[in-house]
Amino acid sequence: MTYWSRRFTVFSIFFTALFLVGLFQSWNVAFAIFNICIISAIMALGVNIQVGYAGIFNAGIMGFAAIGGLAAVLISHPPVTETLSIGGFSILLCGMMIGLVAAICVFLSTKLQLSKITRRLLISLTIIIGLFFINLIGAPAVEKIEAFEPAATGFLGGIGMPIIFSWIVGAIVAGFIAWLIGKITLGLRSDYLAIATLGIAETIIYVLKNEDWLTRGVKNVNALPRPVPYELSLQESKWFIEFCERYQFPLVETSSIVVKLCYSSLFLIVLFVLFTLFEIALKSPWGRMMRAIRDNEVSARAMGKNIKARHIEIFILGSAVVGLAGAMLTTLEGQFTPIAYQPLRFTFTVWVMVIIGGTGNNYGSIIGGFLVWFLWVEAEPFGLLLVEFFTSPLSETNSLRVHLINNAAHMRYIMMGLLLLLVLRFSPKGIFPEGR
Amino acid sequence: MDYFNALALITNFIVIPGLTYGSQLALGALGVTLIYAVLRFSNFAHGELMSFGAMVCILFTWLGQSYGFSFSFLPTALLFLPIAVVFCVLYCIVIEKFVFSFYRKQKADPIITLIASIGVMFLTAGLIRFIIGPGDQSFNDGVRFIFSVKDFKNFTGLEQGFGLKTTQALTIGITIFLSISLFWFLNSTKTGKSMRAFSDNEELALLSGIDPNRVVLVTWIIAGALATFAGVLYGLDKIYKPFIFLQMLLPIFSAAILGGVGNPIGAFIGGYVIALSELIVTFAYKRVLGYILPENLAPESMMQFLATDYKYAVSFIILVIVLIIRPTGIFSGKTI
Repeated sequence: MTYWSRRFTVFSIFFTALFLVGLFQSWNVAFAIFNICIISAIMALGVNIQVGYAGIFNAGIMGFAAIGGLAAVLISHPPVTETLSIGGFSILLCGMMIGLVAAICVFLSTKLQLSKITRRLLISLTIIIGLFFINLIGAPAVEKIEAFEPAATGFLGGIGMPIIFSWIVGAIVAGFIAWLIGKITLGLRSDYLAIATLGIAETIIYVLKNEDWLTRGVKNVNALPRPVPYELSLQESKWFIEFCERYQFPLVETSSIVVKLCYSSLFLIVLFVLFTLFEIALKSPWGRMMRAIRDNEVSARAMGKNIKARHIEIFILGSAVVGLAGAMLTTLEGQFTPIAYQPLRFTFTVWVMVIIGGTGNNYGSIIGGFLVWFLWVEAEPFGLLLVEFFTSPLSETNSLRVHLINNAAHMRYIMMGLLLLLVLRFSPKGIFPEGR
Repeated sequence: MDYFNALALITNFIVIPGLTYGSQLALGALGVTLIYAVLRFSNFAHGELMSFGAMVCILFTWLGQSYGFSFSFLPTALLFLPIAVVFCVLYCIVIEKFVFSFYRKQKADPIITLIASIGVMFLTAGLIRFIIGPGDQSFNDGVRFIFSVKDFKNFTGLEQGFGLKTTQALTIGITIFLSISLFWFLNSTKTGKSMRAFSDNEELALLSGIDPNRVVLVTWIIAGALATFAGVLYGLDKIYKPFIFLQMLLPIFSAAILGGVGNPIGAFIGGYVIALSELIVTFAYKRVLGYILPENLAPESMMQFLATDYKYAVSFIILVIVLIIRPTGIFSGKTI
């Protein structure tokens, strides 16, 4: 029971801090922070099962989150009928041809007893044929699609389903990519996995930035449909106006808080479900096996465990959760901006969350996600205060002072780095050590 | 004549930029691989160390320029490069003392040290953005070209030509000089040999009386110096952008793995292989083929394997191929 008091204390510190933000800044800011805190906590949960349960280092969190974001676009955006009629068929044909060639390649290499060299030749041939189809069928269609009203659409759009479905789709697609990359790199030294996942993440972002027909690239996709009511429709609805009048709430502010609360409750449901599942998994035979593999690979192998298969399993699972969180983030923001995916913001900050919370502990991941995101946001006003305090002897227009005040927001990187280094050094088990 | 035109095009757009970029990558990869060989962890902070060195150099260059220093036809930054090296090396030593030495003495899991290096990366990235800001900085002065495309065309009378920028010649020259000195140092001096011994077998090296602290110190000095050179040369040749160095981490690591992690010669060659293949794959061959092929066969499309934007993805593809086919790299890794 002593663990509970510790958990209670730490969580109440966080909520007190959030409460203070609500009191002194605004409740809107507090709930905006809290929503992304929940998403961060889910990402941290996903990374935690990789590193905490199995000791896998995934440096490609950004990519999996972006895949989730893409899923949100493709599922929820209404289809752009004009571009579909211009190039939709060609793109479909191109995709089908590539799929067919890949399927033939897979079929041949599994059914026939090929030597290593022939198999490599076969794979190279498949890639060349694939590139040929992309250039022959895909490229002209892509050109036409991107030329169609580039300022407004210029892409195929999605399938116009409710955006909630994208959470599942994002998880599945991210899991599939994780399976591909895991096949290649798991089983090699752990550093290689880190670098390869860093690479896959960067590559995914390049694809999202440049394939305008799919994602509009750097032009962003705006105004994705929401799973919750809009502020404006709330402000116009009768019951809401009455509700505000009765309790003397300001109408506009309350409406945006209510919308944020709707998001929070959706996200909290997901967080709760995932957390419960992961806690069950941790205590199940499967979780014990994972920890056994992590702690002593040799003896686990001697006990007949297939280590690579288990690692791929958990890598897929964790990445899928990150993909889910990525889709949720895009849902919350209502727009998809590929340039917003920065490794420092997505990949490495999530790492800080997991480490600070305590690897291998799900409570730790949640509080890590909450606290680190809170600090990440609040570092800006705090850094500004700090800079203003230390440069207050200088005059208002002093160039050094102006420069430092302009760059004060970057204090957050320094703070994250220091936090990570200090926790890793002096309390490597984090806030909630494993098993507590 | 047409063949010479094609050749000039390829030289201008692939060979010279490839060698330049390859040199920058090679310097970075050498640093990464040395740290890996001696300290046994992948240093994710290396890109930021390059950035840090370049930043110090830029600050001193601005200071120097405001006092009217210049280096005739060469960039002024070269004059202040040694100072930047000193600062970057000092920074490396501070990091080693306060961060990495703890994990080294603990014999911590390499992944823990890697995570610590991520902490250093964050810290350094923050410092850099705090000091110089997140924007682009151009600090190249001096003569821009040794000879330009136009000079070449006038000289040879060809339709196409290639130029050589001062910074390109400097980058390639300095890299080759530094690499040769590094290889000589590792192979011929006592300290270099002790580093190799330490990398090869730590226990044996300790038994034969090699001072580990000294080896580690020398490694950080070399790594810091190489990082500064790489960062400054990259900034001179292209432009200094604080966030670009995190992106460069991928090609640098790919180069190091391609050559065999922990193998300096491998890292050196890996840098060039990665850079040249990036350019070969993303170059549009339309004009080249227009010269080589007979007129009726001249292609209409761009004849490009991948769009230029996928430059960084190429290094990832190479990395994946290496990991599938030969995870130890071209030259088997883990010896220096």
